[in-house]
Amino acid sequence: MPHQENIRLMAHLMRRAGFGDTREELEERVSKGYEAVVEELLYPERQPAIDDELLYRVFPGYEGAGAPAINQANWVFRMINTKRPLEEKMALFWHQLFATSNSKVDNPLELTRQIAIFREYGLGTYRDLLVEVAKSPAMIFWLDNQGNRDGAINENWGRELLELFSLGVGNYSEDDIREAARAFTGWTIAPKIPRNPYGRFPWLFDYKPEDHDDREKTFLGYTGNFNGEDIVDIIADQPATARFLARHLYRFFVADEPHVASWNITPPVDPEAIELLADAYNESRGDIRSILRALFNSEFFKNARFARVKSPAELIVGTVRMAGNYEGFKPGFNNLALECGWQGQELLNPPSVEGWHTGSEWIDPGVLMRRVNFAARIFGDISLPGVQAIVKRVLVNVHMHGDSSPRAIVEACLDAMGLLEVNEATHSELIAHAEKCGDLAWSTHEEFRATMHNVSKILTLIAASREYQFA
Amino acid sequence: MASTHKDPVLVVLELTGANDYLNTIVPYSNPLYWDNRPKVHVPEDQLLPINDQLAFRADSEPLKEFYDQGNLAIIHGIGFENSPRSHFRAMDIWHTCEPDSIGINGWLAKVIRDLDPGGENVLKGVNLGQGLPRALAMKGVPVTSVNHLPSYGVLSSNPGIASEEDRVQLLETFARMYSPLIGAGPTMEYLGQAGRDALRGADIIRVAPENYSSNVEYANNSIARRLRDVAQVHLAGLGTQVFYTSHGPFDTHYDQLGPHEKLWTEISVAIRDFFDDLREHDASNEVVIMLFSEFGRRVRDNGTGTDHGAAGVAFAIGDRVNGGMYGTYPSLKPEDLTQGDLEPNYDFRGFYSTLAEKWLGLDPVPIVGGHFEQMSFV
Repeated sequence: MPHQENIRLMAHLMRRAGFGDTREELEERVSKGYEAVVEELLYPERQPAIDDELLYRVFPGYEGAGAPAINQANWVFRMINTKRPLEEKMALFWHQLFATSNSKVDNPLELTRQIAIFREYGLGTYRDLLVEVAKSPAMIFWLDNQGNRDGAINENWGRELLELFSLGVGNYSEDDIREAARAFTGWTIAPKIPRNPYGRFPWLFDYKPEDHDDREKTFLGYTGNFNGEDIVDIIADQPATARFLARHLYRFFVADEPHVASWNITPPVDPEAIELLADAYNESRGDIRSILRALFNSEFFKNARFARVKSPAELIVGTVRMAGNYEGFKPGFNNLALECGWQGQELLNPPSVEGWHTGSEWIDPGVLMRRVNFAARIFGDISLPGVQAIVKRVLVNVHMHGDSSPRAIVEACLDAMGLLEVNEATHSELIAHAEKCGDLAWSTHEEFRATMHNVSKILTLIAASREYQFA
Repeated sequence: MASTHKDPVLVVLELTGANDYLNTIVPYSNPLYWDNRPKVHVPEDQLLPINDQLAFRADSEPLKEFYDQGNLAIIHGIGFENSPRSHFRAMDIWHTCEPDSIGINGWLAKVIRDLDPGGENVLKGVNLGQGLPRALAMKGVPVTSVNHLPSYGVLSSNPGIASEEDRVQLLETFARMYSPLIGAGPTMEYLGQAGRDALRGADIIRVAPENYSSNVEYANNSIARRLRDVAQVHLAGLGTQVFYTSHGPFDTHYDQLGPHEKLWTEISVAIRDFFDDLREHDASNEVVIMLFSEFGRRVRDNGTGTDHGAAGVAFAIGDRVNGGMYGTYPSLKPEDLTQGDLEPNYDFRGFYSTLAEKWLGLDPVPIVGGHFEQMSFV
């Protein structure tokens, strides 16, 4: 494969399995080879972790914060600075799937702890992850399981476990919901009260045998004196769970799909891909790492470049990573976290248990303006180290090839921004704009400044393009 | 009067963070107020009595003037049953009218949908602030959200763009990059439409600050700037009927007295300036502004501030508002409190219903999700 094709593919992998890489990072990764990079991504624990002690100095007291902002900023910091991109991307994936919202939980620390569960268990087996999520105090409070007791069944968790977290609508009965809920009686939190008006405190998972329904249950055709973990064991072995998770992974990593609420009536866009991923689930007994290995190495993944609309977090984190700003500890993460919310993805506060509506539903005219202005402002700012690196790369490229035609400049800009690809019509508009800017020249200081400025205008336009909205 | 034929306009001002009802409309002749508020009270010499029981705070004197002129309605004891005392949950309930489930659609988005069923005017509803409050969110209902009116637009406030000439040139290319593309797929086409709509909306709203002139000088704080932006858009006659903005933070757990006074000074003066501005342009008659907060605060102070409570107070202000007091101030007697809080005695959905039906002329039932007791302030 020619070098540029390898870069193109690696850029695609890193936009999906991470938050995008700079051109320099891509070169380094390509030298290792695609499959080796996939393996590296799949074992995040082999890369250094973010230093929690140091992070605490930047976001002190986040565990006691009443408002989610500091916890959101903490997460955005991790997304930008992590050496384990897939770990953070999976945390975002699971947050979308197990959507738990501060609007009800009102306990940002517990939400941050739930995200930590996603980091720790997010590439293990689905069974283990489901058990951890079922014990997550934020989830218990979110779906009212602290009120689920023998003789006073609260079905909320049992229902969502089957409908939104595993089998999907159409693969269970109302009786199954009730039986699952019975099995989870006594799975509660301590203290068993909302934080407000009682103050700031963490919750602990608590199992109360005296509240557990200790009688026989019949669930999906199996009968026994089931407890919660038994229900998860049964669920994790269901073919419907394999297909359900496969579709979620496809939607998040490969290409836009309709919202989960319509899956029982809308077939997948690529049924063969879903089958391949579901097979990987079944063969590995639900090992997420194995499914992702199959996904990233598949042809359908490699051919799905720019087939997804970026989520706000992807757009914001990807843009600031490329611009080389916000590396390390500095002010400004709060604003980036707020910007996610302003663009429609308030982290730790999804709109409902069904998670965010994705794809083109991320966008409306107001949000598009925000996205365009955000990215254009950053790529137009030649004081930023990453933007300077891009401009220099463009100039070196043009100089080396001895071609400073508008077409060559536009090509060099797209290349330096991580080998972005644009529609032919967009391409000719960019060239037309480059023509207006005149020739690149750098024999005097003034000429060099003007040239930097002209290149940054092309970068601004690329960041403002429709194509930049896609990952 | 010609101006009565203008479409009614509703301006919503959210007091974010839970405003202290007891220190907003003060039950000054009730000894229980002084007993419960040894530290966090409005001193007697800073009260503007409404009658022998209740008083405005001195810093909200402009509101007292509206009241005396018969243009301000006080809605007592507003809230809902089982008030959650969580900002986030309570605000969601106010925004969606869904106290028992997690709602997705905002009540004002439904108002906008019913005012403009075809979604023809992207400026029918305008938010002044960052992002979009849930009250305005609903799939298929376009709403414009403006953080800063003078700089609103595509590629605006971009320090990398050196001159207005450069920006114009960039915007021309932007417009061409977002023109229809045959065969590029539905998402690309949708994005193209969104980009063209964004340009169009910004183009329309740009006239608002351009055409505006006024003898009113607003104060230099965020709520004054927001209401000035509202006035500019309203005076530009763009068909906007719902405005949304907010001010705060009212979450005064600690060191309440100074910040609370500052907030009410800013709000009261801004509202006075706003109506002065509209009256100067003969454009006040069609406007009602409503103020609400997610809940009130605990009856007993905590020594320096107040914690989360339940019942609160709402206001409606406008030339055509029937001023006065509506509902009853909840009892402060210990046996009548719930967890130490004033018990709400008026459902907020009745307040919304009144505005939706009697002010905006809409069927309130689908908007607030049921029938609720209305009042006669409009």
